[in-house]
Amino acid sequence: MNRVMSNKFIISLYILPALLLILVLIYIPIVLTGYYGLMKWDGIGDMTFIGLDNYIRLLSDNQFWRSSYHSLLLAIFSTVSLLGYLTISLILATKIKGANFLRKIYLIPMLLSSVAIAQLWLKIYHPTNGLLNSILIAIGVNNPPAWLADRNLVLIAIFIAIIWQYAGFYILIYYAALKNIPESIIEAARIDGATPVQIAYRIKLPLISGVFKVTIILAIIGSLKYFDLIWIMTGGGPAGASEVIASYMYKNAFTMYNFGYGSAVGFYLLLFCLLGTWLIRKLTSTKDEIQY
Amino acid sequence: MEKTHNPSNVSGKIGYALLYLVLGIIAVFQVYPLIWLVLFSLKSNREVFNASPFALPAEPRWENYVNAWTQGNIGLYFFNSVWITIVSVVLTVILASLVTFAITRMVWKLNKLVLGLFMIGLMIPVHSTLIPLFSFFLSINLIDNPLAIILTYTAFNLPLTIMILLGFYYTLPREVEEAAVIDGCSIHRIFFQITLPMTMPVISTTGIINMIYNWNEFVFINTFIRSDHYRTLTVGIQSFIGQYATDWGAIGATLVISILPILIAFFILSNKIVEGIAAGAVKG
Repeated sequence: MNRVMSNKFIISLYILPALLLILVLIYIPIVLTGYYGLMKWDGIGDMTFIGLDNYIRLLSDNQFWRSSYHSLLLAIFSTVSLLGYLTISLILATKIKGANFLRKIYLIPMLLSSVAIAQLWLKIYHPTNGLLNSILIAIGVNNPPAWLADRNLVLIAIFIAIIWQYAGFYILIYYAALKNIPESIIEAARIDGATPVQIAYRIKLPLISGVFKVTIILAIIGSLKYFDLIWIMTGGGPAGASEVIASYMYKNAFTMYNFGYGSAVGFYLLLFCLLGTWLIRKLTSTKDEIQY
Repeated sequence: MEKTHNPSNVSGKIGYALLYLVLGIIAVFQVYPLIWLVLFSLKSNREVFNASPFALPAEPRWENYVNAWTQGNIGLYFFNSVWITIVSVVLTVILASLVTFAITRMVWKLNKLVLGLFMIGLMIPVHSTLIPLFSFFLSINLIDNPLAIILTYTAFNLPLTIMILLGFYYTLPREVEEAAVIDGCSIHRIFFQITLPMTMPVISTTGIINMIYNWNEFVFINTFIRSDHYRTLTVGIQSFIGQYATDWGAIGATLVISILPILIAFFILSNKIVEGIAAGAVKG
């Protein structure tokens, strides 16, 4: 058995194609991003080695910090909205009628492409004919804001579209986790006289804390690298008011052909994501995971 | 088994009514934008701009759909989306299955290390690899070539796919494979004729997740594909909309066409999709 199953040639044959792909298309590029960050380079011509200049320049680049701040805001906003998703899932998981149907309805936006979602929300936020301002005018608001053109509102407007996009995703994760809790535990608590709210907070929440931790990581990392809707809806504008790290990187590299500087931004993005993951794991690590 | 709650008193009933009200409002919030999209896809610009946004189209303008399909290259984009998605999904699932089989079933020393390499890939932000990937594909002449897209989709979906497969492989009994080895079956036959068919349920799950990701992918295709000929729906409709920026009916129709296949798939395969996304997410 072991002799057949430890055939080195076959093991390499099965592993190597996939391994090569991730080495060439994920790991080597990551290293190269850090390396390109040391260069002055327009992407086509010669590279000039300039040492840490790009990385140092970034530290005093106001737009970079502003973009990072926006990404951080999105991360906080997404994490807080997890509580809302969790509440909805707790309600759905009490086996009320139609829970299955509602859960599927909530999921629909998650299936759509970011281009479709962005175009749809561009129309919703349209200053004169959009759905939102039509409603506002109908209920008597005189000068409804031009959402995406308003520097103070553009971020929150996009955040709401992102919330819309991901609501079903997180509700689904929590719902699946809650469904995994053995019925006997909940039944026992009910016999002991626990109310549904007590069951939710004292029994269900602790039991899915592991999944909650995973979703915090997903939400924060997802927010730090968020790009699609922002790029399509506003391109980071007006005047950088909705710029995030990923859009700032993309803009530097692919519209301003500043590949060296863009790479430095990309490398910071990687560091932020790894740091974020590590920090959350550190902060939320419990001595022992609850088993059931 | 828990019964459906049976509120016996009045406050319980009011509580339930409120609960449903909240859940219902959220459902409307999630779905109404799409209904509104379908409504304006059937309207003329004059209707969109002058009548109430809630109004039904006076006379549904199906020609918006005909125009969207014939004027833009929607048919071509659609075809590109389909074949690029299918090729990438098949490639990802086969490669990931081979890796998972070798890691969980075969005996070698470095398997934990190699698995770790694949799993770290889950944490790497796509954007941090974009510039080197672009210059790499440029140097080997793969910019504006669908192969660049297929290979990138496969590479970036491998970690998650392997992670989901792994959980399933650990639960598979080894006895069948052991018996096959004793009978003198080659490893290739064991993999392709015994193990792979046994993993069909989880393969369809991962296939669906991959399908949704690839169908909707934006950044890679936007960066690596230049010519109209190889654009997929995601990027194709974006450029189409750019040209017809003011014709809301045509834009609406284009968007509905791009959304429809995935929605139809969702209603047919809904349980599998829900299960797939849950598996992908909880384990990720």
